[in-house]
Amino acid sequence: MADQHVYQLSPATLFDAAAALAAGDATSTSLCRQLLARHEATDNVLNGYRQLDSDAVLEQAAAADARRSDGKPIGPCDGLPIAIKDNIAVNGQPCGCASRILEGYTAPYDATVVTRLKAAGMICAGRTNMDEFAMGSSTENSAYGHSCNPWNTECVPGGSSGGSAVAVASGQAFAALGSDTGGSIRQPASFCGIVGLKPTYGLVPRYGLVAYASSLDQIGPLTSDVRDAALVLDIIGGHDPMDSTSIPDTMTGFVDALEEGVEGLRIGVPKEYFDVDGLHPEVRQASEAAIRAFSDAGCEVVDVSLPSLRYGVAVYYVIATAEASSNLARYDGIRYGARYPDTDLMGTYFMTREKGFGKEVKRRIILGTYVLSSGYYDAYYLRAQKIRTLVRRDFTEAFKVCDVIIGPTSPTTAFRHGEISDPLQMYLTDIYTVPANLAGNCGISIPYGTDSSGLPIGVQLMGDSLCEKNILRAGHWLMESEKS
Amino acid sequence: MASDKQINVEDIAKLARVELTVEEAAEFQKEIESILGYVEELSAVDVEGIEPMAHATAITNVFGKDVPGPQLDREAILGNAPETLDDELIRVPKVIEDGDGGTH
Repeated sequence: MADQHVYQLSPATLFDAAAALAAGDATSTSLCRQLLARHEATDNVLNGYRQLDSDAVLEQAAAADARRSDGKPIGPCDGLPIAIKDNIAVNGQPCGCASRILEGYTAPYDATVVTRLKAAGMICAGRTNMDEFAMGSSTENSAYGHSCNPWNTECVPGGSSGGSAVAVASGQAFAALGSDTGGSIRQPASFCGIVGLKPTYGLVPRYGLVAYASSLDQIGPLTSDVRDAALVLDIIGGHDPMDSTSIPDTMTGFVDALEEGVEGLRIGVPKEYFDVDGLHPEVRQASEAAIRAFSDAGCEVVDVSLPSLRYGVAVYYVIATAEASSNLARYDGIRYGARYPDTDLMGTYFMTREKGFGKEVKRRIILGTYVLSSGYYDAYYLRAQKIRTLVRRDFTEAFKVCDVIIGPTSPTTAFRHGEISDPLQMYLTDIYTVPANLAGNCGISIPYGTDSSGLPIGVQLMGDSLCEKNILRAGHWLMESEKS
Repeated sequence: MASDKQINVEDIAKLARVELTVEEAAEFQKEIESILGYVEELSAVDVEGIEPMAHATAITNVFGKDVPGPQLDREAILGNAPETLDDELIRVPKVIEDGDGGTH
């Protein structure tokens, strides 16, 4: 264990870095060099990035420095780098979703979130590793090889945004973007001891995010503290005409909301979250300690019930795989990506998809095709959609009596590479995170202590649709309270 | 009701245009049966009168103005194609068979 913490490093926050830029204590170039040096020193072991073009980063940093020395910075974030998950398009950069089928593919446009980051002067620095097409909970399903947890390199970083979590937790990035379809931001944040926010469905535009399960996918930040998560959300959130599921309202002021503290917030405790088989005692204790902290701070703590929790994983894996089987039909080796030719057109489809997709992706495409197939549609897909309504109703009821629902992010801390080989067992690790995706609510994972082997534990705070400010306030307060 | 549901992974893989090796087919058959076994618990839920939920926002029928927007760069698109013809066109496998009317 002694050498493990060489890899874990709490980096400066975006806020600290922005303050250093404003004060003239740092330049974008010096900040980027510091992160690049850290990348050189650690990532051959951690494998958090699939690609990081240091020349391009430094070129953009120099441009930002020039703007600042001319007295014309674009804004406080001008020149700050941010790492991007490999399924979010950055014009001119590879966008491979950790899949062989997108080998050689270069994004021909910017995702809306990237356009907004660039408009704030931020530098998209590097493509982070992930489970192929965001299908996985460990970043072991990657064509670029698995990533390692900076706290213990024998453990997984979680997934699917594992590379983004590794980048932040090892000091290679101040912040990163990930995507969360069933927990893929929150769970790796939990495993790597950082903050991960899944915004309300529709708050952050998905244009330029490679689709996995479109009714569930949402882009969000992975950061070292809550203030940075709020800062990134302020930049990337808001309506986008390019995404027809984008919510028309414009919401900002997430950073300012943190100052409101936790006064008046009602904390809901869902008893079902603590009755789950396989919930590790130390993880349970961390959540209980957080509940006590809120109570001690004067928050009203109320019992709530989410009875549909037990169906969440089953509903999720029917709906997500159904949508995936449809979304991934576009990878046929014809217009872009890899093509593995065969004697005829049909053979080329089969061969390209056989060689291009990894096992988990094939497994989910087959499962999704099955639940949508004639004769099984009603029994599986339609039924799952109806139970999804029940999941949503549970939340609606619960949020009548509380503002924030608290519980563990994941039943365990980071597990070892190869420890979970059965797909169903892997799916069950998503039990606490999938409900927020099914209901479309927001959720955030907050690092709260470590277990007896020194691995970080995450506490999840969930809020109602568009109630990010509640969970950001609560999360910010919780992290600050642990420091003091 | 659901216990008589049987999945034949090889048949479904054909529908999904995914070639499987013999080993993969056997492995997936077992794993997907186990996943479907777990999903069976959904059949116990009373969903009488419950509306299905297709997505999480109340937004429906979003219309855009029918005007041309920015176009993607032609060279970038062609650069992503697995095969091109004279750097002008994306070259695709033959779609129409010679002679016998074709099976595609």
